[in-house]
Amino acid sequence: MSVIYILWLRQVKKFFRAKSRMIGAVGQPLLFLIALGYGLGAVFARAGQGDYREFLVPGIMAQTVLFSAMFFGAMIIFDKQFGFLKETLVAPVARWKVMLGGALGGGTTATIQGILLLIVAVALGFRPQHWLMVPVAILILGLLSVAIACFSSGIGSIVEDMQGFQAINQFLVFPLYFLSGSLYPLDHVPTWLKIIAEVNPMSYAVDALRDTLIGQTHFGLLKDLLVLAFTAVILFAFGVYRFRAIEA
Amino acid sequence: MSKATEHIIEIEHVTKRFGDLTAVDNISFNVAKGELFALLGPNGAGKSTTIKMLTTLLNPTSGTMKLAGHNVVEKQEAARRSFGIVFQDPSVDIDLSAYENMELHAVFYGVRHNELRKRIRTLLEMVELWDRKDTKVKYFSGGMKRRLEIARGLLHHPHILFLDEPTLGLDTQTRALLWNYVKQMSREEGMTVFFTTHYIEEAEAAADRIGIIDHGKLITIGTSAAIEKQTGTKTLEQAYLALTGTSVRDEKADVHEAWRARHRARSMR
Repeated sequence: MSVIYILWLRQVKKFFRAKSRMIGAVGQPLLFLIALGYGLGAVFARAGQGDYREFLVPGIMAQTVLFSAMFFGAMIIFDKQFGFLKETLVAPVARWKVMLGGALGGGTTATIQGILLLIVAVALGFRPQHWLMVPVAILILGLLSVAIACFSSGIGSIVEDMQGFQAINQFLVFPLYFLSGSLYPLDHVPTWLKIIAEVNPMSYAVDALRDTLIGQTHFGLLKDLLVLAFTAVILFAFGVYRFRAIEA
Repeated sequence: MSKATEHIIEIEHVTKRFGDLTAVDNISFNVAKGELFALLGPNGAGKSTTIKMLTTLLNPTSGTMKLAGHNVVEKQEAARRSFGIVFQDPSVDIDLSAYENMELHAVFYGVRHNELRKRIRTLLEMVELWDRKDTKVKYFSGGMKRRLEIARGLLHHPHILFLDEPTLGLDTQTRALLWNYVKQMSREEGMTVFFTTHYIEEAEAAADRIGIIDHGKLITIGTSAAIEKQTGTKTLEQAYLALTGTSVRDEKADVHEAWRARHRARSMR
């Protein structure tokens, strides 16, 4: 058994043992989907933009994994506070493996939540353009989840306590989400907002999901995937760099 | 000490500073293979900092430390492989079962898959936790957690076992059990034991040799009898008080923590 596998398994086990986490992580995005989907759907249709709920589902899936994968950083803080981190720090194991094993586990649980949301959306009437593209969308979701989990482990490594983590989390997550094209098309927004959205990697993840699920794209799938892969590499490097710097 | 003695822990001129605070001040000593060694000292004397440096959690500011011949800074992974540790505070995952905690540790230390289950069973039976192996650790008492950590620390047949204030907050029964396991393993596998404590009677009862540390400096080292002789006192407690004085130390004098808190406060300004 490898170190990466057992640390992945640890996160997955912990997730399935905490039922409240599963419900919590899907509950909030579901509220967004219903409130915005039904609330703004009529306005969206009147503006000649088509079905807003359909447009919204990929964005809300991205939101689910963003919020959920960012929670992985909190796991590192819990490990600091409950002492388990020391057990990993004195083990004869490369730190990058410890970070990656955990981040893959955190990414997996986030992806599961994203899939759960998709299932709920389908139950509410959402239909993907091609069912065969759903596995591709799930792979994209997985890559996004792991990238964000790496990012959050970097943050969790720097911050000492939950209060600090929450503050940074709120400060980062909401702009990443709201300024990404998750909730609105980027075609007709003011230039300054467009520029912000174009440097926000989340926009590309959402766009890739939208392309695979409903056949709408702003940047084109190839560009989406390139940006997403590049971002994942950078965030992995950031996570490893910060995790290695932890002193007990 | 005779020339034939093999030193498994070697500490040479080691100093650790946190900012302008010197936590460990130029200490040098060796521990022989198979020895039970106690580092005794008041709160904030530098015991935990010394153990943290030996176990690669902190780097020394200067000086060298070797475990089983491996420099703890340059040959970190080999040094880490040579020891097991029981920390002062719990370091188990409370959401996992006792068995799962042991399994994680076994994988970290590359215990072969075919002997993993048997080894875990032997150790959990030794600390009398085998019938609770599938219980999540969050339902364990403090003493049970400590027993689990001892079993875990011994899992990979370490050459050296570090125990940082191992019996702090344990009842007499658990304390006696704990020393039984440790001494048994030391006898059977020739394992060296390095522990810190501020209980004089514990150092006297368990250790072959004792080092007394105060204000980051190693004041004396030797058998309990030799230390009494050196200070001209009748008991180790009298010798200890003669060497470290009678002033009361701040209970929370963890210099590293204090330094970090100060550092944080400064960077926030």
